[in-house]
Amino acid sequence: MTAPHTHHDRFGIASTTMVHAKGIRKSYGHLEVLKGVDLTVPSGSVACIIGPSGSGKSTFLRCINHLEEINGGLMLVDGDFVGYRLDGNKLYELSPNAICQRRADIGMVFQQFNLFPHMTVLENLVEAPVRVKREPVAQATAKAIELLQRVGLAEKRDAYPRQLSGGQQQRVAIARALAMNPKVLLFDEPTSALDPELVGEVLEVMKSLAREGITMVVVTHEIGFAREVADQLVFMDGGVVVESGNPREMIANPKSPRTREFLARVL
Amino acid sequence: MTGNQPPGPVGKIDPEKLTIVPLRHPWRWVAVALVLVSVAAMVRSAISNPEFQWPIVAQHLFNPLILNGLWQTILITVVVMILATLGGTIAALMMLSPSKLLSVPAAVFVWFFRGTPALVQLIIWYNLSIVVKDFTLWLPGLGTLYSVSTNDVMTPVVSAIVALSLHESGYMAEIVRSGLRSVNKGQYEASACLGMKPSLALRRIVLPQAMRMIIPPTGNETINLLKTTSLVSIIAVGDLLYSAQSIYARTFETIPLLLVVSFWYLAVVSIMSVGQFYLERNFSRDEHRSNPGITKAILGNLTKIGRKEALA
Repeated sequence: MTAPHTHHDRFGIASTTMVHAKGIRKSYGHLEVLKGVDLTVPSGSVACIIGPSGSGKSTFLRCINHLEEINGGLMLVDGDFVGYRLDGNKLYELSPNAICQRRADIGMVFQQFNLFPHMTVLENLVEAPVRVKREPVAQATAKAIELLQRVGLAEKRDAYPRQLSGGQQQRVAIARALAMNPKVLLFDEPTSALDPELVGEVLEVMKSLAREGITMVVVTHEIGFAREVADQLVFMDGGVVVESGNPREMIANPKSPRTREFLARVL
Repeated sequence: MTGNQPPGPVGKIDPEKLTIVPLRHPWRWVAVALVLVSVAAMVRSAISNPEFQWPIVAQHLFNPLILNGLWQTILITVVVMILATLGGTIAALMMLSPSKLLSVPAAVFVWFFRGTPALVQLIIWYNLSIVVKDFTLWLPGLGTLYSVSTNDVMTPVVSAIVALSLHESGYMAEIVRSGLRSVNKGQYEASACLGMKPSLALRRIVLPQAMRMIIPPTGNETINLLKTTSLVSIIAVGDLLYSAQSIYARTFETIPLLLVVSFWYLAVVSIMSVGQFYLERNFSRDEHRSNPGITKAILGNLTKIGRKEALA
């Protein structure tokens, strides 16, 4: 893999910044979903994004790894563009293959898990490291087994996804993202599709990742998780960041009336 | 429920002793009887009617001319199916392309070759030399590099393969397209987020899942095609039907030879169905905990009469 160029200096960003979003705009046709969103996530920290449905928080998350193309603003992941190559003052659009290469460093966990149903759990974890990073199969397998132990599913290595509960599937999906050694992990409402009694096991895994210092951006409805784990809480509504800051302070003393109203409804 | 049952002590039922009386299906047995009678009548007529000339059927079953025709039929089917799968997949990928410059020509291709009868296409390709006299490779500055007469290239077999491949490609394109569209969008996104290139994701993630939707109709198409190849007999390709026709044109043993032909078509279709069964099973490994063999699967269906299927 080519050494990634980092443009931290050229944009005046601290070299420890993992995700730098400035004035992100995104529209679908005439509907503007993101109206200038700012977010800075330092390396090793956890940012939780909360907000009512339709506030643009999932769209914003998908802009970070260029699943959605932005219409305006500056989005840098570890000081580089995901979908473009910077040359002088010009951004050259990259080919889908080149974008995928850069996305390999950005893990993503989906609301609907999106495990590969025709592969066993172990095959799900080994596929990308072997085919994308060209790791030897034995090495990738050993790492996959280690990751499965970490999420408490070592005995399920030969099961197919549909034989697992939702919570187990989501833990496998997290392990699959970790198998690529990502620089940052994005979570798109990882517990929203789960039965209430299965939410806890997924949150436990995510808490342990946060303790290990993995950089995470989490779109979630779990205020309790955000309060306990997040270094930074972001409240989005109507395509803008209404308020952000220390989660405990923000939950105890929301400054904006919209935040106060939202928290009153979900707490 | 009738009144003449001995009245038991009211409210004194032992739940352990309750039994369920299954619902009877008397009309189902009437239908079975009717079917059996008609089958018996047909078998009897087939055996006793001398016009079927069974000894002649047996005599021609392994006639070298017939076997050669069978070989031609199988060969054309296999070659056409391979070409049609390739052509159909390319057309399907083009139809799914966001670029109109690719999707519209592919749609027109499918519209044309699916919309005209196979027989008509067959005759057109066979008579191509009326329109195109020669195939010529001509490059500016270099002149004619290579030229060959159309009649030398478009032999009956080649015309048959070209015509049927194009016709079948139209159908395969639709089958592959619907198979690819059946795969959840999340699968594309998950592979992209793991750094998989679109071509790798297609090969390793999307196609294996699409195969489940693609194989059953493709099996049907192959069986259909095997029988459609009998059309090539009209442009004098020595297939199974043509070989039989050439025999009964001399001997007038029309029905026995057509029975021979039917026997071989049925034999090949049966073998293909077994192959399709195992292919389908291979691509849905994750759906079955225990995979029954083919005999068990068929017998299991036959014995289902009179019983409700238990949902596993």
